[in-house]
Amino acid sequence: MKNQNNHSIYKVFIYTALITFALCVIIPVAWVIMASFKENSEFYNSPWVLPKGFHFQNFADAWKKANMGVYFLNSFIVTVMSIAILLIVAIPASYALSRFDFHGKKFINMLFLSGLFINVSYIVVPIFLMVVDIGDIIGSQVLLNNRFVLSLIYAATALPFSVYLLSGYMRTIPKAYEEAAMIDGCGYSKTMIRVILPMTKPGILTVILFNSLAFWNEYIISLTFMSDDTKKTLPVGLMNLMKAQNAAAEYGRLYAGLVIVMLPTLILYMIVQKKLLSGMNVGGIKG
Amino acid sequence: MTKRKLNGKSIFVFLCTTPALILFLVFMLYPVINVFRMSLYKWGGYSDTRTFVGLNNFKILLKDERFIRSAQNSILLITLVTIITITLALTFAAVLVRSKIKGKGFFRIIFYIPNILSVVVIAAIFSAVYDPTRGILTGITSLFTGGDPVLWLGERKLAIYSIGIAMIWQAVGYYMVMYMAGMSSVPESIYEASSIEGAGGIKQFFLITLPLIWENVRTTLTFYIISNINISFLIVRALTGGGPDGATHVFLSYMYDQAYTNSSYGYGMAIGVIVFLFSFLLSLIINLITKREIITE
Repeated sequence: MKNQNNHSIYKVFIYTALITFALCVIIPVAWVIMASFKENSEFYNSPWVLPKGFHFQNFADAWKKANMGVYFLNSFIVTVMSIAILLIVAIPASYALSRFDFHGKKFINMLFLSGLFINVSYIVVPIFLMVVDIGDIIGSQVLLNNRFVLSLIYAATALPFSVYLLSGYMRTIPKAYEEAAMIDGCGYSKTMIRVILPMTKPGILTVILFNSLAFWNEYIISLTFMSDDTKKTLPVGLMNLMKAQNAAAEYGRLYAGLVIVMLPTLILYMIVQKKLLSGMNVGGIKG
Repeated sequence: MTKRKLNGKSIFVFLCTTPALILFLVFMLYPVINVFRMSLYKWGGYSDTRTFVGLNNFKILLKDERFIRSAQNSILLITLVTIITITLALTFAAVLVRSKIKGKGFFRIIFYIPNILSVVVIAAIFSAVYDPTRGILTGITSLFTGGDPVLWLGERKLAIYSIGIAMIWQAVGYYMVMYMAGMSSVPESIYEASSIEGAGGIKQFFLITLPLIWENVRTTLTFYIISNINISFLIVRALTGGGPDGATHVFLSYMYDQAYTNSSYGYGMAIGVIVFLFSFLLSLIINLITKREIITE
């Protein structure tokens, strides 16, 4: 009897803890979504009052007047371009590293492995200075405020993790498949594209998922490289809105901007959460 | 014939690895080397004013009060946030894996949400939470303080803890999911055996679960030091910019301010070198003191 009592106290305690933390996550996120529909005057009432109606004007203002529409397009272009570069570069490299024996393979493997420990925050300034130096040499700073250069940098920073994940995945594919393809007369590249690529699909999908979230959300490289207002990405645009809010008190617009940044990731998450959460077992650790 | 085949293979391998190597060398390795090289120079905003000063930047650094304060903040966050985050993540993971709870999947999905949000979004959410007049917390705190607003980000001593709370909020779900993966691979039979011997849930956690996923915990702990230094920078940069009056500066935010905003590149990179060595050493130490004999099932 006493044991049973203990047990139910334990249950109550567990549920309280879980629900409390769940509320800590849900309430702020729900609150900013709710606030994005409020009119500016409503922000002077209690923060807990529900919005009077759906004030969609905030979104129109954020999209047009605060330039979030332009930033959205930039973020989309940069994310897609980075993923494309990353896949084109990482898949062949992973294939070569996982399947062929060649001179210097160990060294290259070690290089990429050590790359897992390089934190972009340390090197963003040297990368910036390097790009400026190259600009001085070629006589114009076309490489700054350049979406392609930003995508190249994003792809490079994601390379060690992606190669690590993909080559690990490719090692588990039985060699017999390639041997069969070779006998059928496929060359190396044909074998890679026709045989290995389809079999690596789950690994590639994990790479795409994690990195498109990372690229969409990234802000420190973008902040450093994209000072031109027509080239900024969404998170940097949101930082501008946060600063502007202090001066102009356009709260509705700020929260609408926040929802514009957040919503695509939330929708993607809702669609792929199973894959994403189980992908963490495959992917292991990524700071 | 064999020679031609060999050549074809080498060419293929070369074409496959070269683009990745070039990207890696140009945008990762070369900048890392540059961090160390630049730290030995007095390097102003314009490229032609670089003079070699040896270790002088490091000498200035040790007397720089603002750097020391940012180091204190970083160390505080590393200790406090790491302990709380890992404890919460382990507890939630154990509860969700081991107890018969309704809505396991729901809690897992919700707890992971902060991890998919941009740090800027998190900063904007927390600046809404902490706003002293219109903030989400205001209604609650005014019950205790009698209506006086709490300046979560405005009070010098409090601000760094407010940053810490945002960091915990961001990280718990991620580590929880990591630990859940490890825990669910512990075979049920071990728990059954110990239940027969009368071990309760908490005892089982310390005697079975924790020892069996210890390697998992060690790795996450080592990585979390690096990640903590990075995330604290990203949150501080977006939420307070180091303010009020430098009270919330952490290692890398001070570095970024010196290098990018203040254009003292050499000095900024010296900070980077120190922080890098510090995090490397700390990870090594933690890796060593958490070493246990590996227990397999």
